[in-house]
Amino acid sequence: MTTDTTHAADTTGTATADTRATGAGVRAVRRRRLLVLTARLGVAVVVLGGWQLATTVGWLDPFFFGQPSGIARRLVEFFSQGQQATEFGSFWLQIETTLKEAVLGFALGAVTGVVFGVALGQNQFLADVFGPYLKIVNAIPRIVLGSIFVVAFGIGETPKILLAAVLVFFVVFFNAFQGVREVDRNILANARVLGASPLQIVRHVVVPSALTWIIASLHTAFGFAIVGALVGEVLGAQNGLGLVIKTAQNSFDPNGVFAAMFVIAVIALSAEWLITKLEHRLLSWRPPSPSEAAAI
Amino acid sequence: MAVRDATVTGPGAGRPGRADHANHAGRAGRAGRADHADRADARIELSGVTKRFLTPSGEAFTATRDVSFSVEPGQFCAVVGPTGCGKSTTLSLVSGLDRPSEGSVRVGGREVDGITEGISFMFQADALLPWKTVLGNVAMGPMFRGVGKKQALASARDWLRRVGLTGFEDHHPHQLSGGMRKRVAMAAALINEPSILLMDEPFGALDVQTKAIMSNELLGLWEQLRPSVIFITHDLEEAVALADRVVVMTSGPGSVKAVYDIDLPRPRGSVQSIRFEPRFLELHHQIWESLREEVQRAYARTTGETS
Repeated sequence: MTTDTTHAADTTGTATADTRATGAGVRAVRRRRLLVLTARLGVAVVVLGGWQLATTVGWLDPFFFGQPSGIARRLVEFFSQGQQATEFGSFWLQIETTLKEAVLGFALGAVTGVVFGVALGQNQFLADVFGPYLKIVNAIPRIVLGSIFVVAFGIGETPKILLAAVLVFFVVFFNAFQGVREVDRNILANARVLGASPLQIVRHVVVPSALTWIIASLHTAFGFAIVGALVGEVLGAQNGLGLVIKTAQNSFDPNGVFAAMFVIAVIALSAEWLITKLEHRLLSWRPPSPSEAAAI
Repeated sequence: MAVRDATVTGPGAGRPGRADHANHAGRAGRAGRADHADRADARIELSGVTKRFLTPSGEAFTATRDVSFSVEPGQFCAVVGPTGCGKSTTLSLVSGLDRPSEGSVRVGGREVDGITEGISFMFQADALLPWKTVLGNVAMGPMFRGVGKKQALASARDWLRRVGLTGFEDHHPHQLSGGMRKRVAMAAALINEPSILLMDEPFGALDVQTKAIMSNELLGLWEQLRPSVIFITHDLEEAVALADRVVVMTSGPGSVKAVYDIDLPRPRGSVQSIRFEPRFLELHHQIWESLREEVQRAYARTTGETS
């Protein structure tokens, strides 16, 4: 009887101790989150405020370095002036052009990268033959190809799409290739014994297995697609954010360059967000990685 | 009980064993025998099989030399031997994943040429697809054979029930314990109702208790389907408890040292309790005498090489 009551008291004691610990834990987590947020905001204020201050007081020349307030004004102008925003049409048109080139180049490069990566990863002979050449081409500064494309295909959208695709291709290709090579031998043997055709093996085993690698490469690859489109536009174009930047540079307008950069950053971040979404959707089978589980 | 020289194991040698099965089969009688007749294509015969591999630098390495043994239709054959005696090589030859350099591998009287029909494989490591659900993994077998998706999923559900995993259909492999993953692998291997089941140390990575449970389940399912089995293991107790025939292999290069027929009655019941029967101990002792030499030789060689 006595032991019973002590035992009961013990359990209620533990329960309240647990609740108390949880309550304290939740408060600690909330406090930390608030602290991080405040610190983040502080960094932005210091950097932007410092920049604004330095250019206002005269330590830095706004003629060369721009000015946050000027950049903001320029952004408002870009978006509010309609057809008059640039010499070559509305600002939205420029965004649309660059985005279209980047997305098409990204798609083209990613698809060919995956196809070639899977094909060469599957076939040792092809891999041995093409291996050194791919290494060589990868070592070449491919951005220079932009000049050739502009000469060959004019100043339309095609050369930008091709440049973006070339940059994307190599990133995706090497990852797909490696991913295919890492496919578990047992799983492959098992699928073959179960009667899978070569095509079924690619579809059910090889591609899903390599997908982890391929998707990891897409994050960097989209950045490359934007770089390809922009460089192509700087080299010669009729529309696009690259042209906006080039025009701003030629008219000594650093605020215009920064404003276009800011818009590009927003586009890149949105794409990154979409790719992360896609990654979570396609790789939902993965166990949570230890770092994710431990993250706050 | 006969200890036979490997070379004597000819077509006739296994016959007494087969008669034994018919008598002991769970659903004895005509049905059982008819089943066996249907499964004549499940006879596995290796004769004079030598397999050489080329190292990347082009040197030849002999994995197995002159391996000869046979497995009767519906027979459970265990292969024991020290590490590196070419046991796994032998399995890949039977499955058709690989070709022998010399000699012949016949399944159902026909030379193995390409992936053998009606075969399933179970590995020590999981061969489950981590990106498919448990249900998707089990349904893969019939789907690869061109069965409709609906029907494949239905039979996968049925097989998950048979291995006791109802309710786990939508889990992914990483969410299951080692023993549960083995059950999934077992369902995936048996769903095509193979006439031949090849197992490469399937329970090697499990703890002792789980291993015993899985062995019992395997025996239960095997009694229902009666495929011919080649079961590779390091564990002699496991081999004697499960098998009708135990093949002892020598190491480096692998060859057959002796073949033992295990005359413990079937159904065997629990593998834990059979270990205490006098006949089991007798057989175990006998085979161990033969195996020990090989294990010691293999051990001496590996330690000799490293020092």
